[in-house]
Amino acid sequence: MFVKFLDIAIAGLLMGGIYALISVGLSLQYGVARVLNIAHGEFIMLGAFITWSLYTFFGINPLVSLVICGPVVFTTGFVLYRTFFTRLRIRSGSSAAFEGNSMLACFGLLFIIQNVAILIWGASIRGYSYLAVPVNFGGAKFAANRLLTLGFAIVIGLVFYLFLARTRIGKAIRAAAQDPGAAELMGVRITQVLGLCFGLGALMAGLGGTLTSMSYKIQPAMGLEYTIIALIVIVIGGLGSIPGSFIGGFLLGLVGSIVTYIEPGLSLVAYYVIFMLLLLVRPTGILGK
Amino acid sequence: MDMAAFRSKRSLVFGSIILLLLFLLAIIPLYSPGYTVVLLSSIFMYVVITVSWAMFSGPTSYISLASAAFFGVGIYASAILGRALPLLLVFGIGGLSSFCLALLVGALTLRLRGIYFVMFTFGLVELLLHFILWWEVRITGTTGRVVPTLDNTTVYYLMLITFAILMVTAYLIRHSKFGLALQSIGEDEEAANHTGVNVTALKTIIFAVSAFFIGAAGAIMATRWTYIDPKIAFNPLISFMPVLMAIFGGMGQLYGPVIGATIFTYLEEFLITRFPYYYMLIFGIIMAVAILYLPSGLVGLIQMWWKGGIARRHANT
Repeated sequence: MFVKFLDIAIAGLLMGGIYALISVGLSLQYGVARVLNIAHGEFIMLGAFITWSLYTFFGINPLVSLVICGPVVFTTGFVLYRTFFTRLRIRSGSSAAFEGNSMLACFGLLFIIQNVAILIWGASIRGYSYLAVPVNFGGAKFAANRLLTLGFAIVIGLVFYLFLARTRIGKAIRAAAQDPGAAELMGVRITQVLGLCFGLGALMAGLGGTLTSMSYKIQPAMGLEYTIIALIVIVIGGLGSIPGSFIGGFLLGLVGSIVTYIEPGLSLVAYYVIFMLLLLVRPTGILGK
Repeated sequence: MDMAAFRSKRSLVFGSIILLLLFLLAIIPLYSPGYTVVLLSSIFMYVVITVSWAMFSGPTSYISLASAAFFGVGIYASAILGRALPLLLVFGIGGLSSFCLALLVGALTLRLRGIYFVMFTFGLVELLLHFILWWEVRITGTTGRVVPTLDNTTVYYLMLITFAILMVTAYLIRHSKFGLALQSIGEDEEAANHTGVNVTALKTIIFAVSAFFIGAAGAIMATRWTYIDPKIAFNPLISFMPVLMAIFGGMGQLYGPVIGATIFTYLEEFLITRFPYYYMLIFGIIMAVAILYLPSGLVGLIQMWWKGGIARRHANT
């Protein structure tokens, strides 16, 4: 009984770590840059495929890929915001119009990234084996790569939180999240900061992709699934809240592993039920204002 | 007086053009090969979904991603009842089930702020998909169903009739007090509320009406596919496509979504067998460019050009 309980709890935490990691970026992108990035999962996919290529063709350790992948995806996101979304923001006028337009533009982005990936890597399912050795936890067994993913997820989340809370740029980001107009008047270079946020969101997605590719199969069409999970998580935690993403992620992971234990086919259904109930009862989420 | 005469003359001309078009569309199956009929049915399918979507989302500015849910409900109505009841009745039931679902969802969610509504409607599609998937595997022990089929020409005529009814409905709503009230909701919901418009009721009703047509289209189109399963019936693309098509066509006019859906479905048929990935890539690029540079779609472009032409003519005289 105890082992069973431990089994479910740890499986939930492991899943939750990944959920949290892939959601933080989306939360930042929506919370500050006001882009509900439906193409978020595509950046996860990019991270995963870059890692896979580096590992398969050059034998580069996935953990080293974190350092390669991060800047590549960050630059993509940053440039994208500075060139495309900034223009869209200026053209849209009101912030509500920008929210709608940018979300729709992200659909376009989703199709573009996904199909470019298919042209480069082909549509088939890929995977590699890295650290797939079992680790024993008081009777419950888990793959080492998943534990590593959880560890990295927590470290990355913590570093990111400290970055926002302690550094000058972090302060600028928080100011921009509260009121972009006022922040600009106070001397925050708003287009830079929003671009930075979008880039950082992409960066988190890319790192998430690198880490998940160690324990899950990957394919170019995988993005939307991750986006949906991330959406659910940030609605649970509260849009734009970093700790909220972590709470939401772990909560969802635990719910998932409990439901999977009771009735395997229903875990996704349970996610959507929670998601929709929450939207009806408390759309601002647990930590939202 | 002069203006009124001009108006009535213009509407007469427009009316005859539309009747002529409908007549041409109606006789196409008599003169053209089977492929054209199949292609046109697909075009009608997307046109119906897109116009229905635009009927709700255009004036109210709420972006619904629930089209796939309504479409799927229609498909399942056909699959479950197709053998038991006369098909015309089944199509009606398909539409009505979607109508009821939309009433329920609308009443629950249409007070949500924009972005939450979008997420909720999208969640609805995925919820239905995964629930039915689970239900079929665990409870009935089957995956997928066989749908009674109709021949291509019948499907074509059914879609043509649905399309015609939809366009008349959309036109009447647009030019009624109801349509005006909807427009006011899109512009400023609070102001509309204060001027005595029952905001929630109106939004819910138009949402349900648009769902009716999507559901009916699903029920009709299901008869063309023989076999369906939840992944085919609740394909999220059916939610995304109408949004893209309507924006590309432009939502300022009734015919905008029709043009957008027609062009894209034709492009899809043309490109998807030869270069499927390039098609989606091109689709994405057009989408992004259209949002940035064509905020009111192709129709906006045409109108701008048209007005520009008039202005130039006036300038010359």
